[in-house]
Amino acid sequence: MAGEAQPQVVVENGAVAQDSTAGAQAVTDTHATTEAAAGGHEAVGFPPFDASTFGSQLLWLAITFGALYVIMARVALPRIGEILEVRQDRIESDLAEADRMRQRTDQAVEAYEKELAEARQKAHGIAEQTRADNSAAADARRAEVEAELSKQVATAEARIQATKTEALKNVDAIAADTAAALVGQIAGKVSAAEAASAVKKVLEG
Amino acid sequence: MSEKAIEPIHQFNIVKYFTFGNFGGNGSEGSGMEIAFTNSALFMLLTLLAASAFLILSTRGRGLVPGRMQLMAEMVYEFVANMVRSSAGTEGMRFFPFVFTLFMFILVANFFGMVPYFFTVTSHIIVTAALAVLVFLVVVIYGFMRNGAKFLKLFVPPGIPWFIIWLVVPIEIISFLSRPLSHSLRLWGNMLAGHIVLKVFGGMVVALLGAGAWGVVAILPFGMAVALTGLEFLVAALQAFVFAVLTCVYLNDAIHPGH
Repeated sequence: MAGEAQPQVVVENGAVAQDSTAGAQAVTDTHATTEAAAGGHEAVGFPPFDASTFGSQLLWLAITFGALYVIMARVALPRIGEILEVRQDRIESDLAEADRMRQRTDQAVEAYEKELAEARQKAHGIAEQTRADNSAAADARRAEVEAELSKQVATAEARIQATKTEALKNVDAIAADTAAALVGQIAGKVSAAEAASAVKKVLEG
Repeated sequence: MSEKAIEPIHQFNIVKYFTFGNFGGNGSEGSGMEIAFTNSALFMLLTLLAASAFLILSTRGRGLVPGRMQLMAEMVYEFVANMVRSSAGTEGMRFFPFVFTLFMFILVANFFGMVPYFFTVTSHIIVTAALAVLVFLVVVIYGFMRNGAKFLKLFVPPGIPWFIIWLVVPIEIISFLSRPLSHSLRLWGNMLAGHIVLKVFGGMVVALLGAGAWGVVAILPFGMAVALTGLEFLVAALQAFVFAVLTCVYLNDAIHPGH
């Protein structure tokens, strides 16, 4: 839209300038006459009010300003705008990428911590289990050993008992023999049967 | 000796390099319009070339990471773009190339004027008036094209009692019509006055140096000339900015009349 309005405006501008030229001409004329009246030097007047230069200035202004407008609007500004846009996009995409990376890092850290906690839990469980297993096995083994030992003790006791009984049984016989021998030495021969009955009598008496 | 005295107006003289001819008029002496290639035209062409070369060559690389020149071009672009957007709204961005061209043309022309012996294009009222009238016509034509008769609401501020309206509307119309005048005179006056003052102080330095023992005093106007040169650079940029901002404000009226 601005591009359409532009040439129109420049044409209008020219027309307006033509109008204003007439007024400025009059100003310059009066100025020039006062200058001339005041002193003898050149009646150049004040250059910015010299209307004879207005046409050239306006023409060249229109040409150079118009050309600058076209160059700016068509080449320079779109290019700078594009540069800025590309940079903006790049910065935004980089930031998004960084954010994505950060999220991934966070996720990884979270997963790691979860796994660590799990592993710790598991290790704890295993230790607990092992300890329980070990103590159960030890208990069983101890019970077994104790049972074995008590059996052995019982056997041993039984054997002792048997030996003792046997020994006691033998003691009677030995005592009878000994008594018979003693009596034989002291009072003459005594039959084994007499000795045995005497011992028996003593033991019972 | 006095004939060679520095004349502060001399720098504004239009010098014809060659003439194309006389157009219009009735053939008598002084009538019609002489079209010539002048020093003014030369510096308009230089302005065109410098501004175009700066913006096109600096962005030639289309660097993702800008170099110095490209950064400057981008800064000017964004500066003007922000100015248009903040003053005339997003819809005003269709006039961005126009405002940008105005800004660049005036800025470069003003800066060229700061180089000694260079001609200042914007020190001629006809140039600034043409630019101001161009802006005025764009505002009026676009205002009516876009809003039709509603564009006239521009002259009727809302919320004014009926008995004051008859006072306010003529004032609004006069202020609207005087815009191209103030718009053009501001730029022209600043450039003209600045250059005259610089020339006057420069002339004082030369005159004092030529006056024997009084030459010692020349340090004073010399210091003034140095300080004023700095000020004039500021004014050169500032006036280009002011011209562009006012253009944006006027365009805003064309886009959003009646508020």
